[in-house]
Amino acid sequence: MTPAEGTSSAASDPPGGPATAPRFAPGARVHVKDDWPERRGPCHIRTPHYLRGRTGTVQRVLGSFPNPEDLAFARPAPKRVLYHVLFEQPPIWNEGRPGDEILVEIFEHWLEPADAAKEAA
Amino acid sequence: MSPPARRDSLEKLEKLIAALKAKGIITEEELAERQAQTDRASPETGARMVARAWLDPEWRALLLRDGTAAAEAMGVSMAGAPPLGVLEDTPQRHHLIVCTLCSCYPRAVLGYPPHWYKSFAYRSRAVRDPRGVLAEWGTVLPEGMEIRVVDSTADYRWMVLPMRPPGTEGWSEDQLAAIVTRDVLVGVALPQVPAAAAA
Repeated sequence: MTPAEGTSSAASDPPGGPATAPRFAPGARVHVKDDWPERRGPCHIRTPHYLRGRTGTVQRVLGSFPNPEDLAFARPAPKRVLYHVLFEQPPIWNEGRPGDEILVEIFEHWLEPADAAKEAA
Repeated sequence: MSPPARRDSLEKLEKLIAALKAKGIITEEELAERQAQTDRASPETGARMVARAWLDPEWRALLLRDGTAAAEAMGVSMAGAPPLGVLEDTPQRHHLIVCTLCSCYPRAVLGYPPHWYKSFAYRSRAVRDPRGVLAEWGTVLPEGMEIRVVDSTADYRWMVLPMRPPGTEGWSEDQLAAIVTRDVLVGVALPQVPAAAAA
């Protein structure tokens, strides 16, 4: 359950709210930041550890939602764009069947453009 | 089953409710209505949404475009609930829902999550070995079908729209809804047509 669940703040917004100027469009290759805030102190993160540093493809813009990393600590929580990002599953674990995939909701501040040169290498 | 609530927990809950009422944040009626809604929510709602999608292309389109609106159209109040997304299985792709971070689950249309959905074993294995997990459920996918594991990590809640199985031609919405179980809506199982009905 996210901290947002059960609050009434969503009542005044359409589900997901307007996706104001998403940085990435469907089809964009994106890199999940290889960042570990949990090493720096108490935090609440909705980006699974197994995807940090991985590259995927934006499948869909899901809308804008108050940042759960702030909500969890009762701080003012500006809305962030939320994406559905698709990853190949086998490279993550070095096992599995080619073609299998993982689809995950990731907030925009966790994503950066994939390095095309690095990907081709 | 979970153990009964501890006496001191219940006392804290009573104090919290009293404080929320005193501040005018909730009323007794709102609390009772939300409790009733929670108790009413069951996988039968999700099953009916799927059965209708198998019969009505327009409804199917709505369900896939805006699950929240579809749930509202079924009489489920989605006010304050996370938006609902519905993912369509195809001959090439099977969806499996998990929440590796906690236990996000589309409670509004599926009710309480089963205990296994919240277990560390399911949450850690579904993303790493989805085919192994499905095999333990007795679910073997047809050759060439890929798995898309959906890790429900943030503000949406996700439900699977499975494929309508062969042998159900001419079935009513009630008949179809009866083969759409909770496990089917999460993606660990496929709809099963009883042998007698298929014969």
